[in-house]
Amino acid sequence: MIRVVLPGHLRALARAGFEVQLEIVGPVTQRSVLDALEAQYPMLRGTIRDHVTHERRPFLRFFACEEDYSLEPPDTPLPDAIASGKEPLLIIGAIAGG
Amino acid sequence: MSQVRVLVGTRKGAFVLTSDGKRQNWDVSGPHFAGWEMYHLKGSPANPNRIYASQCSGWFGQIIQRSDDGGKTWTQPGTPPGEKNAEPAGPPKGESNKFVYDTSAKTGKPLTTHMWYDGTQHPWEFKRVWHLEPSPTDPDTVYAGVEDAGLFRSTDGGQNWQELAGLRGHGTGPHWQPGAGGMCLHTVILDPSDPKRIYIAISAAGAFRTDDGGKSWKPINKGLHSQYIPDPNAEVGHCVHHVAMNPSRPGVLFMQKHWDVMRSDNAGDLWKEVSGNLPTDFGFVIDVHAHEPETIYVVPIKSDGEHFPLDGKLRVYRSKTGGNEWEALTKGLPQSNCYVNVLRDAMAIDSLDKCGVYFGTTGGQVYASADAGDNWNPIVSHLPAVLSVEVQTLA
Repeated sequence: MIRVVLPGHLRALARAGFEVQLEIVGPVTQRSVLDALEAQYPMLRGTIRDHVTHERRPFLRFFACEEDYSLEPPDTPLPDAIASGKEPLLIIGAIAGG
Repeated sequence: MSQVRVLVGTRKGAFVLTSDGKRQNWDVSGPHFAGWEMYHLKGSPANPNRIYASQCSGWFGQIIQRSDDGGKTWTQPGTPPGEKNAEPAGPPKGESNKFVYDTSAKTGKPLTTHMWYDGTQHPWEFKRVWHLEPSPTDPDTVYAGVEDAGLFRSTDGGQNWQELAGLRGHGTGPHWQPGAGGMCLHTVILDPSDPKRIYIAISAAGAFRTDDGGKSWKPINKGLHSQYIPDPNAEVGHCVHHVAMNPSRPGVLFMQKHWDVMRSDNAGDLWKEVSGNLPTDFGFVIDVHAHEPETIYVVPIKSDGEHFPLDGKLRVYRSKTGGNEWEALTKGLPQSNCYVNVLRDAMAIDSLDKCGVYFGTTGGQVYASADAGDNWNPIVSHLPAVLSVEVQTLA
């Protein structure tokens, strides 16, 4: 079971709690996690990555085990702690403003 | 008993204001979608309980919301809360925010770039929905005016959107250039007497019309004069801020251009200036009385460099002669130290016997007049900056 923490506004859209849990068959990567997330919560499609290109939206970042994986290729395996559910994948909105 | 429902979009959420026909006491509901920019909300004339809303964010992009109970509850069309995606053979869900420009061969003229601020070509990039215009007859049909400028239509209640690509493809598209607020298609007017006729306006390209349901379009900017562009009388390139029409007289249009208030008596084929005695003819909003098609309203703003009322006095100007002769409406509006703006989609008019006029400000006030503009009162005073105001007149 993969754990994902969403930003507050996306939790509201998905009507989900602080953390969501996803079943993933096969390698655990950014792509497979987002595919599973969008399948379980289709109202999030287009809010994290582009509908067509699947590029990450510019003001969102992906953190795993205190490391920024945002710039990693989408099929790079995420750490074992994410794959085992020991740690959550964090989807974070950039803190912008002054 | 008559009722009115005012739909307010703000920088940080949506608000629904309701009152009876007297329009003196108001119930305020909201914020809906707190923290999100709500560019526009508009109800279906064919089913007033159906309301479409454009919700967006710099972080999370565009969302379309729909209510089928007059704004009490909302869902993303086609994606009920808690319902997972369809089986592979079923229709995809979560597509109500998918706005993809049509560059297919069948549209004839695939168009991928427009003019950037520096004169170079720049890719067309979807940013947000500025305006939603529901069909007057079909609650499931709704048009979306978007940035970068394009017109989309949904015929399934907002679940899926298709571009009317003939607008961008008609020939002048590569010459369109963004205004300071982005290259937005902000005005969509459906002619109630002719379902195939649609007017739209784009900053800073100008106004356009189709007479065949969106297949082909032509610029309707003759008579506009914009001295700040290389050719002041160009076919396209004018910064039109808003266009309004009285449904009982669909061939007559009124326009607030960047500078200049204009009118056309022939469906946009030719415009003439009617700024007359306005203290400044810069502004954003313009609207038409519900029952007197020669009575129009604007809110003059000092200049393009100073987006606030002249002399700090918030004044609506009304012309009962279709322009040129204007009177200031000030009763109940602040007449000193007022430095708010009134954005292009932030004025609306109800259709009760003595029609109500409403507008919202970037200072978070929504003002209402229950007597066609003679007297004003704030309904609410401390909302986030108001982006749009629409009103529904309910039986």
